[in-house]
Amino acid sequence: MTETTEMSAIRTFRSDAGAPLDPELRSIIARFVVLAVLCAGVALLNENFLSVANFTNVLRQASLLFLIAAGATLVIIAGAIDLSVGAILTLSACVAAGVMHATGSSGLGIATALAIGISAGLANGILVAGLRLPPFLVTYGMLWILSGGALYYMGGIPITGFPREFRFLGSGFLLGIPVPILIMIAIALAGSVVLHMTTVGQQMVMMGANRAAATLAGIPVRRNLICVYVASGACAGLAAVVALGRVNSADPGMGDPLLLPSIAAILVGGTSLFGGTGTLLGTALGALLLTIVLNAMNLLTIGSAWQPFATGIVLVGAMLADAFLNRRRS
Amino acid sequence: MIADIARISRLRGSRSLNFLSSKALGASVVLIILVPLFGVFAGGFLSPHNLVNIALQSSILLLIALPMTLVILTEGLDLSSGALLSLCGVVLALLLVAGYSIPVATLAAMAVGLLFGILNGFCVANLGMPPFVVTLGTLGMAQGLALALADGNAVSGLGPEIEAFSAFRFFGLPVLVLIAIAAYGIFHLVLYRTTFGRYVIAVGGNAEALRLSGVSVRLVHGAVFAISGATAGFAALCMIARTNAGHPTIALGMEFDAIAAVVLGGTSFERGNGWLFGTVLGVLAIGVLRNGLNLIGVDTSLQLVAIGALVIAVLLVERLASERSV
Repeated sequence: MTETTEMSAIRTFRSDAGAPLDPELRSIIARFVVLAVLCAGVALLNENFLSVANFTNVLRQASLLFLIAAGATLVIIAGAIDLSVGAILTLSACVAAGVMHATGSSGLGIATALAIGISAGLANGILVAGLRLPPFLVTYGMLWILSGGALYYMGGIPITGFPREFRFLGSGFLLGIPVPILIMIAIALAGSVVLHMTTVGQQMVMMGANRAAATLAGIPVRRNLICVYVASGACAGLAAVVALGRVNSADPGMGDPLLLPSIAAILVGGTSLFGGTGTLLGTALGALLLTIVLNAMNLLTIGSAWQPFATGIVLVGAMLADAFLNRRRS
Repeated sequence: MIADIARISRLRGSRSLNFLSSKALGASVVLIILVPLFGVFAGGFLSPHNLVNIALQSSILLLIALPMTLVILTEGLDLSSGALLSLCGVVLALLLVAGYSIPVATLAAMAVGLLFGILNGFCVANLGMPPFVVTLGTLGMAQGLALALADGNAVSGLGPEIEAFSAFRFFGLPVLVLIAIAAYGIFHLVLYRTTFGRYVIAVGGNAEALRLSGVSVRLVHGAVFAISGATAGFAALCMIARTNAGHPTIALGMEFDAIAAVVLGGTSFERGNGWLFGTVLGVLAIGVLRNGLNLIGVDTSLQLVAIGALVIAVLLVERLASERSV
């Protein structure tokens, strides 16, 4: 009895050691392949797809989606969920726009957006980790509180026109590369380092995989949970700065259509909803995949009403694929 | 031994929580405070015309909140019901414009709702996916489909039949209120007088025990989502009767009011404790809150903030109450 368990343990160990790639790397490679096939397919259907202008546009859009999904990826890896990221973006962008209009200072605008994002994340974190309320319900309630606040603040009138140096972050170029893409790369690198190379990052993965065991092992679960929510809020605040810079206007509906795509990007990127596994590179690829699908629909002149439909299909499809693949493996 | 003690104390905690929630504390407090307050400060709040208005508004919300109670009792959540209600309304309106009769169009709308409900139920029950993410996906699908079918505009010109239906009264009660009362009766019977209802209550409390006694827990989980979808299809008839048009985004966000009503009504997400009549009180509380705030000129945006804060406050009180009793 014990022998057989030992044997099978050794066998799994051996097959692990013998396998050429670890599963995370394999899933990233699989996503690159899907991405390449998708690009080739769309390029065959429409010759404009591979033009520099269109591809830059796709990358910019994907970078915004990635920024809003990056912090939420950490939250999901740590075993919780954040449904309020779109609403945090909306409120941060609206209040920052108001502040810039009143003072004309870009620095103050950026600080406002980040401060609101961080405070909203902190509120989520305290309610979920400190008071142990259900995460999906807390962040769902927060979604409506924040977007209601933004609606009230704006009073139905959009704010447009921001200082040029502020807009640089959303629509400028550095060495020929759009700034949002550089921000995306920086956040992806920083986040990956934290997740894979620091103790806190490893603790997040462990508490996502098994909260009870992590608590027993002495991991500061509550503190880490608050940290990931603050990171998620900060990312949404940063995304607000980029979004404002790009569209040069703030309105209280700007974050609503971003929640569904951001969760879809995380799932398509291979992060498990049950916590414990996931990568930021995967989320970046997921954001890129989803953006390409939506961009292809645009190029093929499919009505924009179908975009939430397609995003929903991608999200449910990714979950179905995940479930069937996992079932086959186990 | 320690596990036993923990289990017993947890049982005690849940009993006292049950006592608290069976009073639907949140909804009762809101109603007891707000009704006199609005009666004094909101002009016309207690006028018969306004009370009928609240009843009409609440009747549609109740049709969404009743199945939501079953979903939440089984520790699920259905974020798609508002978008689904809009989609079914568009389908119903399009069929009425095409000349089909009300019963046929309603059945078709219910079939659409049922299909989405089955998709939700399949993903949640058979694949074990988190309900709030599955239903977020179907929310997007339903919303997109509604916009595409209606081409972004309201579908109007539904004919005299639907006007006659919405004008129907029985002993002075509008047809929508009658439907809401009948719906409550049916859900009450199903939840408290049938084997299926017993399973619904048991799944939330202890799915493992139910599984061991040979009940298909998956079927129960799936069925509540299917019921939720089909009921959203039926609620579309009431929505159409009230607005006389099929608008593709009219009910977006209504799931939030429904979830808030269920939470205010004392149904708990975590332990599967609930009280169906509490949901009626919760729906009335939301209806009174929205209507009264409208009358005194508080913007819709601040109503959202108020309801969101109320939900979190009720969760906090429940948490503190259960912690004190443990």
